Amino acid sequence: MSDPKHRTIKVDYLARVEGEGSLYVKLKGNQVQDVKLKIFEPPRLFEAFLRGRHFSEVPDIVARICGICPVAYQMSAVHALERALEIHVDPAVRLLRRLFYCGEWIESHALHVYMLHAPDFLGYQDFIQMAPDHRHIVERALRLKKIGNLIMTILGGREIHPVSVAVGGFYKVPARRDLLPLVDDLKWALQASLETAKWVAGFEFPDFEQDYEFVSLSHPSEYPLNEGRIVSNRGLNIGASEYEKYFIEQHVQHSNALHSILRGRGSYKVGPMARFNLNFEKLPDVAKEAARECGLSLPCRNPFRSIVVRAIELVFACHEALRVIEEYQPPSAPRQQVPVHSSVGQAATEAPRGLLYHHYKLDQEGLIILAKIVPPTSQNQKRIEDDLWQFVPRLAEMPTEEIRWKCEQAVRNYDPCISCATHFLRLNLEREQP
Amino acid sequence: MNSDNKRKPKIAVYKFASCDGCQLSLLDAEDELLGIASAVDISYFPEASRAMLKGPYDIGLVEGSITTHHDAERIHQVRRECRTLITIGACATSGGIQALRNWKDVREFVRAVYATPQYISTLNTSTPVSEHVPVDFELRGCPINKYQLVELITATLAGRKPNIPAYSVCMECKRRDNVCIAVAQGVVCLGPVTHAGCGALCPSFNRGCYGCYGPMESPNTAALSSQFRILGQSNREITRVFRGFNAWALPFRKASEESERS
Repeated sequence: MSDPKHRTIKVDYLARVEGEGSLYVKLKGNQVQDVKLKIFEPPRLFEAFLRGRHFSEVPDIVARICGICPVAYQMSAVHALERALEIHVDPAVRLLRRLFYCGEWIESHALHVYMLHAPDFLGYQDFIQMAPDHRHIVERALRLKKIGNLIMTILGGREIHPVSVAVGGFYKVPARRDLLPLVDDLKWALQASLETAKWVAGFEFPDFEQDYEFVSLSHPSEYPLNEGRIVSNRGLNIGASEYEKYFIEQHVQHSNALHSILRGRGSYKVGPMARFNLNFEKLPDVAKEAARECGLSLPCRNPFRSIVVRAIELVFACHEALRVIEEYQPPSAPRQQVPVHSSVGQAATEAPRGLLYHHYKLDQEGLIILAKIVPPTSQNQKRIEDDLWQFVPRLAEMPTEEIRWKCEQAVRNYDPCISCATHFLRLNLEREQP
Repeated sequence: MNSDNKRKPKIAVYKFASCDGCQLSLLDAEDELLGIASAVDISYFPEASRAMLKGPYDIGLVEGSITTHHDAERIHQVRRECRTLITIGACATSGGIQALRNWKDVREFVRAVYATPQYISTLNTSTPVSEHVPVDFELRGCPINKYQLVELITATLAGRKPNIPAYSVCMECKRRDNVCIAVAQGVVCLGPVTHAGCGALCPSFNRGCYGCYGPMESPNTAALSSQFRILGQSNREITRVFRGFNAWALPFRKASEESERS
């Protein structure tokens, strides 16, 4: 460290991300010699122990991959299994699932925007330290987050690992009157989200743009949550059943990593920025207007502005939740009978952090023979490193501690959920200078 | 999350193999969070803060199970630096869903998931913290109940016994005036042997309890297994029912092994 020409930036335990990871960057002068995003989160081997379980248990089991986005796992699972078993759910069930997902987006985005990411922009170690200086903002964050959790609690009993989601529908659906108490809260949350957007748009952003391939779902008439084709800004347009033809998990030499890449094209980016850039037209007017006022122009390619995009998605999620509640009438039955046969199904939905792909194969009794799950963070993994390779040289003049913090911030742009990624992924990347 | 007041009790939050949900419960206590943060010094909580202050700590909250050699070492260090050690959730308390590997060949599991199995360093088992070091209190649930967590922290700091009942989910169903779904609908329900704490959520959502709070004090799993057979469940199905998020907890482990042998 004493030699100013050679510096090593180490973050032994990445804070304010979900899960356990570390970062290693080696600089010679202002040239990056090495970037390692190392994940030491222990593997939990979900795909292995799902084999032999009954399909009806899958939504409860896969929820446990991630305590931050259990609803996303439940949604991708039920959609994949319903595709396998040729179930078409009641339109009211479909609506409720959108509402459920809105709850998770609101909770997860409020958590990341306020508690995990904003402290970087404001120079605090954490959210609690912000409280004395920004009491009003901290209270707004907590109430907003709580409203997201409230939606999940009403629909699923609890916000973490809710219990109502079933293949074919729900174990129990709410009556209209159960949802109405949410309306006033959500109206407040919509305003709070608009204020959130205005607040974060005023942060200082490094001048840093990357030419990403964005990948997200795209639905003909809706901002995507549960359904749609998988598209990109470079012409990709496929159904979920074709996912494994186009996306591969690449084995990187000298590493334990399985990096998701687009075949023949390389790294890509999933998550709020991808959804925003590919689906802007599907946003409600209030969110479009807020985006314009925040100075977001299409395409938004500065990853540090992802915090603004997340705030715009908060606006969308509150607006959408209100729309769903307005429209909702309970289905004739909470869930359908599910006839079992040997089958295969795939689906992708939009977790708060991006595309979440599930693939299941069932035997004639409905037991799982094969499970494959690709979470958003493992898809963004390579892209995070690519960002750092490009971003770090601009920091070379800064003191080491400042570089360290900026690198952490660049990783947190992705809201990485290492617990998710590491149910099957371990990363220990070493590369020569490019 | 430090504070200038040095006399505040120091709390640390650790993660082992887990989904992060139980430590998230602390951040999900939106109404209590600022109050907690003013009463204690949350000194080490990497998921929430870059500031990681050194121990020793008054209370250590441990999430997650022990699945690697490294973690089997680390938990001893954690024990040494915490005056009171509390496990939070099914993973730390009973090994979690990842303990399903304990009945299988973990090498085969690794091969099924990873392209390069030789790089994966993992133990053959997923075990609770109490199999490695003494634990002062085990808070159950997958996930834990955040109100119980707040109660537990409060009670520990006050030096009193926490008000966390060890009776079964059936008691909570009665309190909610739920019609018993096992009796009325013949649904398979682990409620009679499962530790209370969730508020009888699953029966309230018209489905059987799947045991995410683990075994209650002195559960009669044999009687419940017989009842499941009367309801038409095969031994394979009964084995699966007990092999959930608390599969490695001794009473559930024994019940699943008995039905597997039958």
